[in-house]
Amino acid sequence: MATGITREWKSTFQGMAAALVVLAAITAAVGPAINDLPLTALRVVVGALLLIFGLQWLRKAVLRATGHKALHDEASAYLREVAAAEAATKESKRGVSDWYSFTLAFKGVLLEGLEVVFIVITFGDNQKNIGAAVIGAAAAIILVTLVGIAVKAPLTKVPENWMKFAVGVMLTSFGTFWGAEGAGVAWPGNDAALLVLVPVVALVGAACIFWLRSRKITGAAPAKQSEVVSS
Amino acid sequence: MKQLKAFGAFWYDFIVGDDWHVAALVVIGLGLTAILAHAAKVNAWWLLPIVAFAALAWSLHRATGFRK
Repeated sequence: MATGITREWKSTFQGMAAALVVLAAITAAVGPAINDLPLTALRVVVGALLLIFGLQWLRKAVLRATGHKALHDEASAYLREVAAAEAATKESKRGVSDWYSFTLAFKGVLLEGLEVVFIVITFGDNQKNIGAAVIGAAAAIILVTLVGIAVKAPLTKVPENWMKFAVGVMLTSFGTFWGAEGAGVAWPGNDAALLVLVPVVALVGAACIFWLRSRKITGAAPAKQSEVVSS
Repeated sequence: MKQLKAFGAFWYDFIVGDDWHVAALVVIGLGLTAILAHAAKVNAWWLLPIVAFAALAWSLHRATGFRK
């Protein structure tokens, strides 16, 4: 959308369509292959990755919530991207009138789409219910689109850090659950253990925020500079 | 060679992130859980959450660089 508004819609749609075709081809090739992998190995690998991602997200969200890391400024990031898009020269290539718009839309749709495909396939395959995961992803797309139309507000209105905290909690919980299951343990209550694990992870994250805030108040030394300035 | 390095750096940053200790502790936690479950026949479902919470707390402690 940002590319279309600032540059050209036709090339943007061409880039989006090309990315969707590549995405469909990758999904068709990789999807069944993941399905054929042994479930135990898949759970260990996916669990480890989700747990590492989740802890990274939680760590950043806690650091931002306690002022040890600068909050991500979505508005200035958007303005930077728009300025870069407007400054880029218009070049016609391979039947596309604006190559910059095409590649920007292609990369954006492909990378974000791959993340969605990865989540849908791994979540669906772990629970042996790809259909439910696809319905969940489609519902999320429709919901986000409807909210975007209804609110008519940019992403700056979204409490981004708390959304990231919530995502970190979910990734950490599911990563812990599948990782441990793949390693050979049986959770008490089976899948119902997630109903306890998710709030416990959220509580630990909240406790970390409280801990760092209370340490800050007691007058300890400031955070490392690298953590403050990096995004 | 440059592109290969950039490719490797991208995946390292994507998977490992800001603090490699967290990723290392997760791998160690999973390994210990597997050893306890298979070799010692202990249903150590509690171990990975403890390791994950300890890794988060330790990483936050290191990142904030507090000194008395």
